[in-house]
Amino acid sequence: MWGRSFKGLITAFTGLGITLRHMFAARTGRNLKSIKNGSYFTQQDGTTTIQYPHEKMPVPEVGRYNLHVEIDDCIVCDLCAKICPVDCIDIESIKSTGPIGQTSDGTTKRLYAAKFDIDMAKCMYCGLCTVVCPTECITMTDSYDLSFSLLSDLTYSFSDMTAEEAAEKRLELEQQMAEKKAAKEAMLNQKNSIE
Amino acid sequence: MISILVATLIFSFTAGFTLFAVYSERKISAFIQDRLGPMEVGKFGWLQSFADILKLVQKEFIIPSVADKALFLLAPLIIYVSVYMGFAAVPWGPDLSPLSLNLGVFYIFAILSVETVGILMAGWGSNNKYALLGSMRSVAQIVSYEIPTGIALVSVVMISQTLNMQEIAIKQGILSPDTIKFLGIWNVKDIGGFLAWNIFQAPHLIVAYIIYFIASLAECNRAPFDIPEAESELVAGFHVEYSGLRFAFIFLAEYALMFLVGMIGVILFLGGWNTPLPNMGAVALADWTTGTAWGVFWIIIKTLLVVAVQIWIRWTLPRLRIDQLMSLCWKVLTPLAFLCMLISGFWRLIVM
Repeated sequence: MWGRSFKGLITAFTGLGITLRHMFAARTGRNLKSIKNGSYFTQQDGTTTIQYPHEKMPVPEVGRYNLHVEIDDCIVCDLCAKICPVDCIDIESIKSTGPIGQTSDGTTKRLYAAKFDIDMAKCMYCGLCTVVCPTECITMTDSYDLSFSLLSDLTYSFSDMTAEEAAEKRLELEQQMAEKKAAKEAMLNQKNSIE
Repeated sequence: MISILVATLIFSFTAGFTLFAVYSERKISAFIQDRLGPMEVGKFGWLQSFADILKLVQKEFIIPSVADKALFLLAPLIIYVSVYMGFAAVPWGPDLSPLSLNLGVFYIFAILSVETVGILMAGWGSNNKYALLGSMRSVAQIVSYEIPTGIALVSVVMISQTLNMQEIAIKQGILSPDTIKFLGIWNVKDIGGFLAWNIFQAPHLIVAYIIYFIASLAECNRAPFDIPEAESELVAGFHVEYSGLRFAFIFLAEYALMFLVGMIGVILFLGGWNTPLPNMGAVALADWTTGTAWGVFWIIIKTLLVVAVQIWIRWTLPRLRIDQLMSLCWKVLTPLAFLCMLISGFWRLIVM
């Protein structure tokens, strides 16, 4: 009994020494270093708290956080929407009347993106969309703070077309279709009359 | 008139100390656990406890429908008042004591026991199994630990030959009317300082102080003896049903008791309001640092150090089981305290 009590006292002092060391080590804190930094794992002493909204840990530029679409490079091929396991990408395309331009890697764009919505509330951050994208216009970024007061704010809209522009393009497409149809009919009629 | 002023002063002191102690406890615990603690309210979070008390004051006071209303409402007041009245007999400096009682030590010891009644009332009145279990544990623990505490105090009283707290304090410094012998050999009446403290007048009182300190932790219901509140077992123990201002009073009593038991230990063992600095020939540090203001300064500094150790222990040691608690009290601390008392008797008769 007495031996155990004495041992308890000694071990209590050992523990008190450890906590005292930690208390005085708290004068220094952890520095905000990227995991790529060589001394990342050597920071063993001091406080480990990162006061999040005021300070942030550096993360790799291409992380696995928010999705971003560089809409100028998008050819609206719809592959990302097709591969998405949770169907969080919603794309509405309009055919153009001719080539619109080129992406930065030289692919010709032939479709307008009337709507390119990504619902980040549904997204499961698998990154498949970034893999299938032929022009690499959809990427994951290093921004991870997804706190919003409205659920609808989590639906990111990447399309740069206004509703009027989209309507205009649709009209143009209809006119072109109508012209083509008329030309086709005229050609058919001509054929028939020749026969 | 003056007595009302003194009473108000002591109340404001306990309230101010509680705010300060809660903040420092949160900071110390954070540093021990490699965290930062409160950082948002004010610079380094120093306004955090004010924000907390503001929240507590605004909160609704809920009385459980099956509670024993009279006991439930009265308990926090009894708990607080018993601690508060304990402050009446403790001296803060030379000729600065709210009440100079011949029976000072005995009075404080008796009035602090009333707290147990308050805790039992709170536990029973809440009509809640956790509260009742907590209060029963608390009563068992406090009643048991009062025995080693009391005997450790008696061994000091036997050396000082008085129950008056003020006289006990006077007899540990340069203002003493009697001769003081460091370790029973060297007369240090004119040297003073820490050499004249009770634990150095009679070295076995160091053991008595350790016994008193351990037992006082148990009387405050603080870790490692916090089984009455054992968060992981009993939610919050006896105060689980309390909210708002009455919870604040229980909290206030807890921290005020921490200060009070620390202060009693300081007065009886660590020289009370006497300076720790000795006279060294021409450098009369003890003479220079003795006085009413110095007395208040020294006793608050010493007590805050003791409170810091209490906090430090709380965040280091895990909670004892009830049987370990009881066997520590009855099989280790009580016999040791009796031994200290015995040595005190011989010391008084042979050495002094």
